[in-house]
Amino acid sequence: MKRSRIPLYTTLVCLLFFYLPIIILIVNSFNKSRFGSVWGGFSLRWYQKLMENRDVWFALKNTAIIAVSATIVSMVLGTLAAFALHRYRSRLQNAHYTLVYTPLVVPDILMGMSLLLLFVQVKVQLSLFTIFLAHVTFCISYVAMVVLARLQDFDFSVVEAARDLGASTRQVVTGVLLPLLAPGILAGGLLAFTLSIDDFVITFFVAGPGSTTLPIQIYSMIKHGSPPVINALSTILLAVTFVMVWLSQRLTEEKTTS
Amino acid sequence: MPSTMDTSIQIEGVTKRFGSFAAVDNVSASIARGEVFSLLGPSGCGKTTLLRMIAGFEQPDEGRILLDGEDITDLPPNRRKVNTIFQNYALFPHMTVRDNIGYGLKVAGRAGAEIRSEVDRMLDLIQMGDHAGKKPSQISGGQKQRVAIARALINKPRVLLLDEPLAALDLKLRQRMLIELDNIHDEVGITFLYVTHDQGEAMSLSDTIAVMNKGKIEQTGRPEQIYEAPRSSFVAAFIGDTNFFEGKVTAVLDDEYSRMTIEDLGEVLVFNDKRIQVGSPVHLSLRPEKFRISRESPPENGRTNRLEGVVEDIVYLGSHTRYWVNVKDYRIAVTQQHGRFLLDEKPVAWNDRVFVWWHADDGFMLEQYREDDEELLTSPGE
Repeated sequence: MKRSRIPLYTTLVCLLFFYLPIIILIVNSFNKSRFGSVWGGFSLRWYQKLMENRDVWFALKNTAIIAVSATIVSMVLGTLAAFALHRYRSRLQNAHYTLVYTPLVVPDILMGMSLLLLFVQVKVQLSLFTIFLAHVTFCISYVAMVVLARLQDFDFSVVEAARDLGASTRQVVTGVLLPLLAPGILAGGLLAFTLSIDDFVITFFVAGPGSTTLPIQIYSMIKHGSPPVINALSTILLAVTFVMVWLSQRLTEEKTTS
Repeated sequence: MPSTMDTSIQIEGVTKRFGSFAAVDNVSASIARGEVFSLLGPSGCGKTTLLRMIAGFEQPDEGRILLDGEDITDLPPNRRKVNTIFQNYALFPHMTVRDNIGYGLKVAGRAGAEIRSEVDRMLDLIQMGDHAGKKPSQISGGQKQRVAIARALINKPRVLLLDEPLAALDLKLRQRMLIELDNIHDEVGITFLYVTHDQGEAMSLSDTIAVMNKGKIEQTGRPEQIYEAPRSSFVAAFIGDTNFFEGKVTAVLDDEYSRMTIEDLGEVLVFNDKRIQVGSPVHLSLRPEKFRISRESPPENGRTNRLEGVVEDIVYLGSHTRYWVNVKDYRIAVTQQHGRFLLDEKPVAWNDRVFVWWHADDGFMLEQYREDDEELLTSPGE
């Protein structure tokens, strides 16, 4: 029997639909011509221009500071939240779960606005710190959900075995629990990291003067600067994101096969 | 009751409730030092909950647990001198076999060299020296089992708790591990508390068996006592197969024998060392292998009872054959081993008229009888 080719074609069309814009962006970042519609030959001049752009470097530094700190804090808090959700069952926990889950589905614009209102209300100066707080807010939810999924098929009998063999609570956590959950926690952290790096909407609301992050810088460069430089920047960002996602998937897979 | 010196574990009136359901209901037991003590019962009877309370993973709602005379009821698991073999082994997947076995010594803060030599000794005991560097995912089920045993024994516990340790293995491996467990017990000589639903495992390994049902211990005794002299219909039906006959004691003949009448079947001679009173309603339990079956009338002997019936079904089971014989309204399960001199010249066939007979000593009378225990009896075709 000849197998139908339709699934293959559908898949190809879908992939094309997903990745054609990105491919065009990448190709254009190497385009010598200033205008995307004309191929002027291969060139790295936009990358060179990017390197010379101090605003971009400043924004990149801000983004890195926020992404790293928000990731670390949300990894700790998200893991603790996941533990609380998994270990203790009560009606209050259902509410807890909903509260942790909700930031994943609330529209960014709503989160951004409400955070801005809050900061204005309590008279917090908008700065890198407010961006950090905002990012932690939504990153916690992602980390908690990833770790919770890991916990749900985690065999807690190894914890009992460790206790049985004489381990103290601290020894159980450092010697058994954390090593076994590390892939899940790291996967959640990487997800949080990528989300933090490229968040625009929420950051846009809570960013203060002098705390421009990379996505905001890109946005303003589209309006006032040169698009080809942005293409180059986007290509680099894209590469970094892909590596992150790939790493996070590999960590998750390793956990399931071992 | 043995003195405290010989008692390894003493369980005193222990109750554990989950909500309003009593998983373990006022259980008391005494486990002698060095013996293999089995908790045997169907799933949900509370045997695992009882083991988990001894290990320290569950807190009893009432009662005390003593280890070598010392109350350990409130001690956390890491401070009890007992170690557990878990049903799924619960090996640490991120550690090698060597690190798994040495874990107990490592958390106790022992020196590296000492841990190494102790682990080597254990690897020797379980014959796994060649696999020391492997991860649990790279070894077989039987090997995991052995690593779990070594990991538990390295702490030199006073009692080893085994929670259905063979349930995850296939039949052949199970039989081999059973022998290995027995050998290990002989070697280390500590008390084993063995939880299982498999009567074969319990029978072959145990010095003492406690049969559990619905959170209570129904009977405690040596394997042969449990099998030959069950005290309740549950024990009779759960351990091996049996046939139940309802009736009444009609006469006490002497110190050992009575007569009882079974509805529709008439009077039979029964062993009655319990001296059950005339007129008491009782159930007679007769195990299938205690019967003889033949087409000819059996030789008369003052101690045998016989019934006449029709063969309804014959199931060949390799080592023996199971017959289902209809006698009036009763369906009696009879098993016979093969062998020329046990059978007729012509083998018993379907719809044959046959005699079944048994020695009075082979039946036992039960006063404690519950209808729902009949569900445990095997049905034809099994």
